[in-house]
Order: sequence, then C-alpha cells, then structure tokens
Amino acid sequence: MSHGRRPTAEFAPVLQLDPTTVRRARTLARRAGRPIVELARTHTTVSVERAVLRLAGLTGADPDGVPWVNHLVDGVRTDLGIGYGVALPVWHELIGPGGYAGLTDLAARTAAGSVRFTVPTGAAATRARRASRTAVGGGIRRIDANRVARQRLITRLGDPPRRPWIYLIVATGDIYEDIPQAQAAARAGADVIAVIRSTGQSLLDYVPEGATREGFAGTYATQENFRLMRTALDETSTELGRYVRLTNYASGLCMPEIAALAGLERLDMMLNDSMYGILFRDINPVRTFVDQRFSRQIHARAGIIINTGEDNYLTTADAVEAAHTVTVSQLLNEYFALEAGLAPWQLGLGHAFEINPDLSDSFRLELAHALLARELFPDAPLKWMPPTKHMTGDIFRGYLLDGFFNLAGALTGQGILLVGMMTEAAVTPWLSDRDLALRNVRYVMNAAGRLREDFHPAPDGFIATRGRTVLDEAVGLLERIVDDGLLAAIAEGTFGVMKRPPDAGKGLDGVSRIQDGYYNPATELLEVSARAATVRTPAAPPVRRPS
Amino acid sequence: MNGPVIRPYGDTTGDGMVQLSFTLPVPHDKRAEAAALQLAQKMGMDPAMVVHATGIGPDFTFCVVYGRVNHLVDLAAVHVVEREFALLTAKDVDTAITVRHHRPLVVVGACIGTDAHTVGIDAILNLKGIAGEKGLESYHEIEVHNLGAQVVVPELVEASQRLHADAVLVSQVVTQRDAHLDNTREMSAAFREAYPADRRPLLVVGGPRFDESMATDLGVDRIFGRGTTPSEVASYLVHRLLAEKPAGAEDFSTSARRPPSSATSRRPA
Repeated sequence: MSHGRRPTAEFAPVLQLDPTTVRRARTLARRAGRPIVELARTHTTVSVERAVLRLAGLTGADPDGVPWVNHLVDGVRTDLGIGYGVALPVWHELIGPGGYAGLTDLAARTAAGSVRFTVPTGAAATRARRASRTAVGGGIRRIDANRVARQRLITRLGDPPRRPWIYLIVATGDIYEDIPQAQAAARAGADVIAVIRSTGQSLLDYVPEGATREGFAGTYATQENFRLMRTALDETSTELGRYVRLTNYASGLCMPEIAALAGLERLDMMLNDSMYGILFRDINPVRTFVDQRFSRQIHARAGIIINTGEDNYLTTADAVEAAHTVTVSQLLNEYFALEAGLAPWQLGLGHAFEINPDLSDSFRLELAHALLARELFPDAPLKWMPPTKHMTGDIFRGYLLDGFFNLAGALTGQGILLVGMMTEAAVTPWLSDRDLALRNVRYVMNAAGRLREDFHPAPDGFIATRGRTVLDEAVGLLERIVDDGLLAAIAEGTFGVMKRPPDAGKGLDGVSRIQDGYYNPATELLEVSARAATVRTPAAPPVRRPS
Repeated sequence: MNGPVIRPYGDTTGDGMVQLSFTLPVPHDKRAEAAALQLAQKMGMDPAMVVHATGIGPDFTFCVVYGRVNHLVDLAAVHVVEREFALLTAKDVDTAITVRHHRPLVVVGACIGTDAHTVGIDAILNLKGIAGEKGLESYHEIEVHNLGAQVVVPELVEASQRLHADAVLVSQVVTQRDAHLDNTREMSAAFREAYPADRRPLLVVGGPRFDESMATDLGVDRIFGRGTTPSEVASYLVHRLLAEKPAGAEDFSTSARRPPSSATSRRPA
C-alpha cells in the first residue's frame, strides 16, 4: 500500500505475536461487527437525514436558534416518518408548484406549518431523486475540494518533521479566545490543535449555529466556529511553514451532521468512536451505530483521520485488568472503519498511559500494552493519551509521570501524542503549564526519540509475554462477544462497566427502519467511494514478523 | 489564644522558605526579572531570589522564585469547617451498599420544570462524570435512572414510586425569577404528599446558585452547590441512607429483593 503520507515510520516488531492469533482476532472482530453493519444499513436517523440537508447546503436557524435542518426533518417526520429518507419528499416539494425560493424558504414554511410532505412515485420520484442528488453532490464536491486543498497545503508547507505528532487542546468556551491560544500553541510546537466541546453538546439533538462565545468547559462545535479556527490555523501554518491540523468531535446525537460540517470546513481529524456515546453518554446503541457508519463514510471521503476513544475504558476500569478490552475495541473500531471506507492511515486508534504508577513494573506493562497496539495495527497513526486518572494535583510527580508517558510514546512509535499536563485534575491548563509540557515532550524526543532503534525486549521477557497475554485475553473476549452478539454484549455491560440495552438510551426516538423506496443521495454517493476503498484496502493488514 | 505558631520549613526550622512560580505578560529581559522580584517582595517574600526565568513566546516570561516569608500562622486561629460525612472511595461506597443494603441503591435523577440544562445532573450521574471523576452510573451498586430534562413533578414522583427510589436527585440551573426555589418547593411538597414520612426517598437538589444552608426551607434533605463531584454525592447517600439505620431495619422498600449485582458479572474475565 502506498498512501503518500504514512503516519508511522517503519518499525520492526518485537512482541512476536502469533500470526494465527492475530488473524483469529480480526476474523472474530469482523464476525462481531457484521450484524451491526447490517443494522446500520437498514436504519436511518434524524441526524443522518439532517446531514443530508447540510450537504445540500442548508444552513442557518430560526430566530430562536433552531436550525432549519431540524425544522425540515421534523416536518417530514411528522407527515411520513423518516423511513423513506427526507430527500424524496423534500425535493419533490421543493421543485413542485410551491414556488419556493430554496431549501431555507421551504424549511421556514415547514416550520410555519404550511407544508404537507408526500413520497413521490414514478416520474416525479425520478425528478426528485435527480434534484436531490445534484444538490447533495455539491456538498460532496466541496468535501473533495477541501481534501485536495489540504493535500496541496501539506505539499507546499510540509508535515510535522517527526513522529509522534504533538496534539494540544484548547478549551476556553469562547471561539475568539480559542483562536489566539491555538495559534500560540502551534507556534510553541503543536502539530494538531483540538478544540474541546462544551460539556453537554453530545446530548443536544441539534448543532448550534454561528460563532459562539460561551460554553461550559469547552467551545460549541458549530460550522462557523470550525471555519474561523481553520482560517486562523491556515494563517499560522503559512507563518510556521508547517501544516497545523485541526481536530473536533464527531460524537453524540449529531455525529453525522458534525462529520459533514468537518468535511465542509476542512477539519483534519475527528474524535469518532464506535461505542463511546453508548457507553459513556447513554445514547441508544442503534442510533450510535447508524450515525457512526454514516459519519465514518464522510470522514473516509474527506481524508479525515479519526481518533477513537479507547482511553476512556481505562479511566473507568483498571488499566491492567481491562487492557484487553482496549484491544477488542480497537479491533472493532478497525473493522467498522475499514468497512465504512476509511484507509488504515486514517485510523487514530486510541489507547492510554493509565496504569497505577504505584504498581511495580507499571512502566513495563505500559510498554507492553503500547507495543501490542503498535504491532497489531502497523499502519495506524495510534493516538497515545496521557495519564489522567492518576494525576493527583501533585504537579511535580505529574511532570515526571508525563515524562515517562512521553518516553513510552517515543519507544513504541506512537503516531499522535496528546500532550499531558502536570496540572491535570487541578486547573485548566495555564499558558505556563502548556509551555512546560511541551518542553517535557521536546526533551524526551530530543534525548530518546530514536531509542526505538535499540529497543528490543527479549522475546521471552516480561514485556513480550505480557503483550501476547493481552492479545490472547482479547481473543477470548471476542469469542464471547461473537457468541452473544455485540448488542447483547453491550447490553450486559461487557465494555466499561455500563449495561446499555438496544431498546433504551437517548435518541432512540430518532431512529427508523428503512422502508421500501428509501432514498439517501449522500449514502449513494459515499457508498461508491467506500466500495472503491475496500478494494484498495486488505481487510486484515499483514503482521510483519522479524525475519 | 496561643497555639503553636508556625512558618514554612525549607531546610531549617523557622527559615520560612517558600517557592512560587508565575507568568508575567512581558518579554523576557532584565526588567521582567526585576518585576518578578518586586512582585515576590510585595507578596511578603524577603529576601526573594528569582532562580529561573524564561520566555514563553515573545510576550510572556515564566519565573520561579524562592524566598523567605515573614508571615506567621497561629494554629489556634485556624478553623476548619468539617463536612458532615466522610468522603468515600467508589469501592467503599459499593462495599457499604452491598454489606448494609443487600441490594443496589436506586437513584432517580432529573431536571424539573422548564429547565433544559442537564449539564449538572449529567455530570453527577453519567458515567463520563466531571473533573476526572466518574458519575454515579459507574458505581456497581448504584442503579441510576436519569430521567433527563423538563420532567414534571408528578412524573418524577411516579417514577420514584415505580422504581422504588432510595434517593431522588434534582438539578436546577435556571434561576430566573427564583424558578429553582419554587420548583424545588413544589417537588418536595409533592413527595411529602405522595409518601408516608418514613418511606419518602432522600431528596437532594443541586445547582450552581443554591445556598447550601437552605435545605430545611426548601423541604429537601440536602443541597449541593457549585463544584460538587459525584463521589461527594455518593458518600452523602451512603452516610444518610445506610449509616443511621439500626441493623436489620433496611428493608423499607416494598420491592422484591434483587440479587446483589457483582462486579465480576459485568466485567469480562
């Protein structure tokens, strides 16, 4: 495979994973995931349908802040349900005799209650289908153009000079404060800027509009905020001679819409986990899996790198005991991602340095787990998350722990390194905290960045044995999941510690089974690119063994 | 009152040595270091030494200062307000429930009235939690039913009865025209009406604008203000529901006994 910018350097494997076990793990993940994909193919959600309208260019909100896409989808839902999709009824009405000035006008009149939607048949259906496809095609073309523009900027300005990429967070709540902070972080060495979202946005069933200046412990994800930040970072990228990437969150009830906005505004990475919303936000499992597949198809098309959320399991459960649940989730995330058309270089699979530092050999265990992820997913730009659970407010100890985290990242070839803050659990990062944290990273990378070349844990030693054990445990768990079915496993509380039945959770009422005659122009256009990608990508990346 | 009088300890009793770090919004040069020294002196450090200063970008200077403070602390004049309950770890909370309650503690949560801000109730209940602490959902022995936003009081009472709630948690963020106080009074009155006094679930309200001393006035058992974490709430529930009852008296619920849920049954082997 040649993907131009492979995010991981060559790395000779040292764990000596049994290729049969690795194949078995992937086969089981595929078997566990396939019924979920079938579920996603046969259902749609209000957010998927709203994303279709966003791709067709419908933006804006009424004076109360309710987005027009919500009005329009709710209108169709009231008259027909969403089982036929919104495209046919909306465009049938739009090009009909109503004399609408455009989608916004139609949405406004729908909100006023003066529109009745119907599902067209025959020639009328063909016309509606064609018109919706043209409109949504415009959005897809803009996503394609953004992907080309990103590639051009990277060619002109260059990628970060080394791995891992340095990932820093800003989170003021005010986009106009976030911008100078993000620019300062980039100047100080950040390769990736993540704007944390406001607490609670994941449970909003709409995407707020416009530039926002207040949020709770974060800044709302809106199309305008995306645009403002990307524009600012483009300026900084030019100034620095290095393309600075922008990250946000395609998660929660509006995952598909936010993915679409990310593609439309050229974001570069998106947090996008297959199960996070189910486990940690109590969002309905079916809603999540349907939304997931659509959002990943968009990310695939947009050339966006996804970051999965396995680090979260370790903040709930014990990082040693639950190590294999991380591996299982990574394998599932990989399957769902490849199925949706993402390429291996787009899989920022997550894991974290969360073992209790008081445990003896904790660093060796961390190395074992990190190497397992590295060797199981050799082409993925792994997202390496810093300690949070065992950061106590003792900033001096925390600084040392972050140093070890950075060292583990360098030694095990991680792709994306989220910079740990010594003030974690004490305050939101100060200017000086961020600066000290970056000095920590620079010191470790400068002192030991190439230590990997000399790092060959003994094949029968503690680290290699532990890595193989965790893989075996992961296979055992996957076998149980395949037997029970993934939805049942989630309902029984297999991941994290939460029981999440498929008929409960937030957003369930926004899910509908697809009816005969369902039409979604976005899915149609995206499936084509997904199929092409599947052909390009082997389902099970080969595992290289030392010769 | 004369207690022991103390001052900070560096390496000799009574030396009063402290360390301090801060950032000044000026470029790093001699003037920045002199400014740092002057700030330290004004803070009572004398003599003060700027042991390290470095620029953060072109506009800021980070400084580390050591020095002697001349302040004294009379320990007799140090007063501490004690929390009325002990802060327990998640494991201790689960153990206490298993041992003393023999079934999971049922917690029903909601935002009542027109309040749509679930930030507070979600921070306390959701697995995600807040400030690095997991919410009550993460406790094996607490069964959480989060009813979400804009729940009307009769609905909350009905859910509480149906689910055999041991405790009801209500969050109120919106305070326009004292809506949070009116809503809370309405809620507590409805519970008093619907339950015999000894069967009523524990009523807990929380929100950023509540005065924690108003519990009696509002007819609830406890108020939690800004910055409350899930473990404080969990510890309080254990303290109130499980600590005060004499042994054998815990079977006040009419619900059939459920087998204690065990950590192992939910976690992969």
